[in-house]
Amino acid sequence: MLPRFWRKIKYRYDIVGSECESCGSKFYPPRNLCPVCRRRSRIKEIDFGERGTVVSYTVVYDSPDEFKLQKPYVVALIKLDDGPLITSQVVCDPDRVEVGMRVVKAFRKYFEEGDAGIIYYGTKFVPE
Amino acid sequence: MERVAIIGVGQSEFGELWDRGFRDIVLSAGVEAIEDAGLEGKEIEAMYVGNMSGGRYLDQEHIAALIADYSGLAELNVPSTRVEGADASGGLALRQAYLAVASGVHDIVIAAGAEKVTDVGSEMTTDIMASSADREWEGFVGATLPALYALIARMHFIRYDTTPEDLAMVSVKNHRNGALNPKAQFRREIKVEDVMRSPFVADPLRLLDCAPLSDGAAAVIIANERVARQLTDSPVYITACTQASDYLALQNRKDITTMEAVRKASELAYKTAKMTPRDIDVVEVHDSFTIAEILAYEDLGFVEKGKGATLIREGITELDGELPVNTSGGLKSCGHAVGATGIRQAVEITYQLRGKAGKRQVDAETGLSLNIGGTGATAVVTIFEVR
Repeated sequence: MLPRFWRKIKYRYDIVGSECESCGSKFYPPRNLCPVCRRRSRIKEIDFGERGTVVSYTVVYDSPDEFKLQKPYVVALIKLDDGPLITSQVVCDPDRVEVGMRVVKAFRKYFEEGDAGIIYYGTKFVPE
Repeated sequence: MERVAIIGVGQSEFGELWDRGFRDIVLSAGVEAIEDAGLEGKEIEAMYVGNMSGGRYLDQEHIAALIADYSGLAELNVPSTRVEGADASGGLALRQAYLAVASGVHDIVIAAGAEKVTDVGSEMTTDIMASSADREWEGFVGATLPALYALIARMHFIRYDTTPEDLAMVSVKNHRNGALNPKAQFRREIKVEDVMRSPFVADPLRLLDCAPLSDGAAAVIIANERVARQLTDSPVYITACTQASDYLALQNRKDITTMEAVRKASELAYKTAKMTPRDIDVVEVHDSFTIAEILAYEDLGFVEKGKGATLIREGITELDGELPVNTSGGLKSCGHAVGATGIRQAVEITYQLRGKAGKRQVDAETGLSLNIGGTGATAVVTIFEVR
């Protein structure tokens, strides 16, 4: 997981995605090719800011090993104010999350590889 | 294009088959299909195998060669190819077999699907299934496969007033059907209250909204019309077998309550078979989660977008309804042996169209199956007819 993770640190620590200057489509995660324009893509990087609105969410009770200490945790689909949708965790009491909730980006730990392994950080969201 | 028919079908039992290994399970399905077709085995010209994750479930790649070996086809040097599309792998294998015969390259081929999931623990299984969605951008944040379907379900609830009870009724129906299927994993009926009392896996989806992950295998023998007529009095024709793709991650889709790949594949299938949704008599859909069956009603064109729940509320998709769906018990009750499911669905439709579905028999001359990979990035639609 490590190389494919650190390659994308810039896009995980901040919400940096892509915009196609040909058609105006915006993408997160970033892409090298605009699926709408394909060969005529003109991709540039764009920072989608830090705020958004929850459009759907779930509370996860059954998880893979690396998330078991966090259970139950909230995973949400968030519409970024300045861009597209992002799937991320919302750090709050699972009873508090609701559709329409305003959230803001936060730098958080996701999981670690065993007791002495690599710690993976990334973007989560917290209530605004 | 040659006309293509199914001339033999076989299925192992589905479930937690602790005392049976991968090779054993595959062989039982394959032998049953070959016997059902009245073949010796040496007539088979090629094999296509659907398997999602032999590498992670069994530490074994080169699954197609393994199966060719243990089914005796390696002795005959028959070419064997594994195809992978997450839990649509079986559907892809069926389609590759269909294309091989339709194109005229082969006269008789076998399409099989197989998965052995119980040799690893359940947390590992959850992780493997999460890899059918976007591992780097969904799996990384802890979005498991049920979690992603839960996001879809909640959106459907909000937009179209579908309720958790509607989803529960899908599970109840499929268990009622599966109770009549001797090869189903869970052969018992359940009530709406049982579903609503089961623990959350990913809110709003509960344990009894989720299909199990099962060990199992299924196989079908596919031949062109000329060969089919020589070998059987009851060929089941495949009049369309189509496939489509969608964005891998939910966050890139325009509308997560529509499976665009299902819409596109089914539109093309109806056109190819010169049919409309109204012409279909019996259906098998990919109810890996109950919400997926509601979406399938809509995206296959049986009802308009947002009205899927009305079909389950009004009993239309029950065994005695106008459009029986998942007569086998579906993935929920019959079991979901991942790469085997797409083939297992074809086996059920064949039983139904031959009039050999026992206590769950419905009146049908046409059938349709829908096999989905992950959250819908791959969809395979097949239309069957006995005319």
